[in-house]
Amino acid sequence: MKISFVLNDRPTTVEVEPSMLLSEVIRETLSMTGTHVGCDTSQCGACVVHVNGKSVKSCTLLAPAVEGADIRTVEGLSGDTGPLHPMQQAFRDNHGLQCGFCTPGMLMAALDLVSHNPDPAESDIREWLEGNICRCTGYQNIVKSVIAGAAAMRQAS
Amino acid sequence: MSEVIGIGSSPKRKEDARFVRGRGNYVADIKRPNMLVGVFHRSEHAHAILKSVDVSAALAVPGVRAVFTGEDMKADNVGGLPVGWGIKGKDGEPMKEPPHPPMAHGKVRYVGDAIAFVVAETEEQAQAASELVVVDYEVLPAVVGLVDALKPGAPAIYDEVENNLCCDWHLGDAPAVEAAFRSAAHVASIELVNNRLIGNPLEPRAAIGEYDFATGQYTLWTTSQFPHVVRLLMGEMVLHIPQHKLRVVAPDVGGGFGVKQFHYAEEAVVTWAAGRLGGAVKWVCQRSEGFVSDAHGRDHVTEAELALDEAGKFLAMRVKTLANMGAYLSTFGPNIPTNLYAPLLSGVYVIPSIYCEVKCVFTNTVPVDAYRGAGRPEATFVVERLVDLAAREMGIDKIEIRKRNMISRESYPYQTPVLVEYDSGDPRGCLDRAEVLADVAGFEARRAEAASRGKYLGLGISTYVEACGLAPSRLAGQLGARGGLYESATVRVHPSGVVTVLIGTHNHGQGHETTFAQIVSDHLGVPFEDVSIVCGDTDRVQFGMGTYGSRSLVVGGAALAKANDKVILKGRKIAAHQLEAALDDIIFEKGEFSVAGTDRKKSFVEIAGSAYVPFDYPLETLEPGLEEQAFYDPVNFTYPGGAHFAEVEIDPETGVVTIMRYTAVDDVGTVINPMIVHGQLHGGIAQGIGQALFEHGVYDQTSGQLLSGSFMDYCMPRADNLPNFLLEQHSTTCTHTPMGVKGCGECGTIGSPAAIISAVVDALKPLGVSHVDMPATPNHIWNIIRSSSARLAAE
Repeated sequence: MKISFVLNDRPTTVEVEPSMLLSEVIRETLSMTGTHVGCDTSQCGACVVHVNGKSVKSCTLLAPAVEGADIRTVEGLSGDTGPLHPMQQAFRDNHGLQCGFCTPGMLMAALDLVSHNPDPAESDIREWLEGNICRCTGYQNIVKSVIAGAAAMRQAS
Repeated sequence: MSEVIGIGSSPKRKEDARFVRGRGNYVADIKRPNMLVGVFHRSEHAHAILKSVDVSAALAVPGVRAVFTGEDMKADNVGGLPVGWGIKGKDGEPMKEPPHPPMAHGKVRYVGDAIAFVVAETEEQAQAASELVVVDYEVLPAVVGLVDALKPGAPAIYDEVENNLCCDWHLGDAPAVEAAFRSAAHVASIELVNNRLIGNPLEPRAAIGEYDFATGQYTLWTTSQFPHVVRLLMGEMVLHIPQHKLRVVAPDVGGGFGVKQFHYAEEAVVTWAAGRLGGAVKWVCQRSEGFVSDAHGRDHVTEAELALDEAGKFLAMRVKTLANMGAYLSTFGPNIPTNLYAPLLSGVYVIPSIYCEVKCVFTNTVPVDAYRGAGRPEATFVVERLVDLAAREMGIDKIEIRKRNMISRESYPYQTPVLVEYDSGDPRGCLDRAEVLADVAGFEARRAEAASRGKYLGLGISTYVEACGLAPSRLAGQLGARGGLYESATVRVHPSGVVTVLIGTHNHGQGHETTFAQIVSDHLGVPFEDVSIVCGDTDRVQFGMGTYGSRSLVVGGAALAKANDKVILKGRKIAAHQLEAALDDIIFEKGEFSVAGTDRKKSFVEIAGSAYVPFDYPLETLEPGLEEQAFYDPVNFTYPGGAHFAEVEIDPETGVVTIMRYTAVDDVGTVINPMIVHGQLHGGIAQGIGQALFEHGVYDQTSGQLLSGSFMDYCMPRADNLPNFLLEQHSTTCTHTPMGVKGCGECGTIGSPAAIISAVVDALKPLGVSHVDMPATPNHIWNIIRSSSARLAAE
């Protein structure tokens, strides 16, 4: 079947099997590999993308469910060459990543938090990111990054 | 930012530029032309005879190209997966080393053992066909527990291995220990379990094999920490592919922690299948599949005793450990609970004599091998639990008893009774500083405040030392290593003066692209931006041993420093010719070659240019070009160490343990990039806390099924489970590494489990609890509180 949606501001139509997951469509059909898959029980959060502005684990959605939706992945934050999004910059500045595998999901989850809580406390961040596993950082620098990213976004707006 | 950024600075990481944009290149991201997809059919039984494997229905599925079995590989003369270490038992006999076929034939020995590999055009086809593989099992009784496996009459996992005993190993002076125990004023004894862990780097393993019929060239892309070693082991011993016809690439790898430092069956199977079919075959591990095929870690049962005199001075230690090998020996399996365990039992203490016996045992479980820390967290846990217990039983403060027995800074180098000689360290300095940072003085007031809220507060401590920077080859060879453990680096100075480094270590989160660039920037005086680091491709990089055992900076960095020295020496020779001075008069400083005491000089860029355009050049005595290579073989291990304090609060109603404070003062030697060192310590501490409070690989004792086989059952720390860590370095300089570095990747994982459990036990002290096995889950703690309270009430 064909489905259409907007992906990183670009209208997109793809042929999919109805049983395909959004994460598979993004990674396999569209070859956009920034979105990662770290588990098969929707626990790790590496596959988080935005669907209509909300963070969603893309391994939990069947492709037909995103018909007409506005989807954003990590590649849609600043492209390949644009200046980094303040949240990306904050992760880099604060050593908020090591192996980089959880990072796209962390960024997308953090941005959803900041969209409704522009000045999150550390406890808000730790609670919000409970659905995103990082095995490298011990989270301390991720929390620091989200605080810095949120501050930079407040300043920019 | 065109400037020198040297040792001790914290530039932003080079690799993050691609990672934060989602532009990493992990194996699962790679697509090859006409690539096929493979899926494994794995054993659903822990122990069974394979009476038949019928693949006919699977082969009939549209899109399926082939279904391979263990018998097919055997018929093609494929070898078993090799073991990198061969240890010897007390009797001098070599360990039992049964064959480890990449796919099982005849018998399966654990749930997850590979039986068939289905290759199809799409993953859906391969998956569907895999479910149609019909296996006729004759199910045998299984054994998964260490004590059970050694019992007479236990199921025999191998006909040729009596009592499932792989090796009965020992280290130390047994008679001296016996004598010391006879004269002891006090003996502290403990029985403990070091829980089985499943490392779970967030990127699941993956492999793509490719074969080009036209050239006879094989390529393997794999999630590996040591691609050269995979090429060597798989090429020479398993698939018999000459080294020059096999390229192994480990691109961006999403975390390793040891889990990715073994040569795995799947690497051999995809490569072999590609050879049979031509073209590329890809396998990406599902997480649930990873739980039953990634090597596990730890899993010890230990009895240990510490003998003390009246003053609380340690006299001797005696340790008996059973270590789980799983069903087959993994690449480093037998080395971990022996050579990387017993030599660390002296900790940071003066213990005149130590004796340790280790029985390595086969069970019907996933193979067990190194996981971050690998042997050293297990040793630290034994030592520190014994010290805590001795302090309590003798009525000595647990910090005081440590101070009383620590190796003083002046005593280094210090020869332990268990093989190793510590070159440098200051355990007392670490402890004193950590005691201040952790505000130990204010602890009793905080405990009282918590008690007023009905909570138990506990203060825990752990000191540790580790042996890392693996390894001095000759010593390792004496201990059973079957390969060298040096490292290599090439410094390629381009004609314009910018630099590419080819290094044999592998970067999978540790920030090597940044740290190694700092070393080059510092030594050669070239801008940080002008240095690129290349690793992970056997066609680009000279032979190297890869990354594990906190060795990258210690051994790889040393090779890099040596190569830099060679570049500088050659540069000085060129400059001596051009500046018409004697070589001894040419000094190199801040990127400039100059004649001492004059203003005559040549920049690094000028010298690099003339090395490639050798007109004004000593061609009679010197080759053109500016590219130098060095191999470095360490003279000793390095010995990072430190002191960690944990403060935990326990809610008696729920059994939940909350970490209120965590303080660590570590001695990692010279720090190249403080930001990255802190990141490594954070991550290590978090994984150690995971072991202490959450993580547990659990098997059903009769069926041998893995019960903790997903992220929903195997609990790893999440953001809301952890506090911020308060860290400081108290570094002494390593005396034998070129830059004085010691390594930092495993420190956190080694120091933290004992600190957390010490705190949990301290919190439960009012209930008379003297030890708590890991993980201290709410259920576990709640049950201890219930039973202890009932016992106290009855008394």
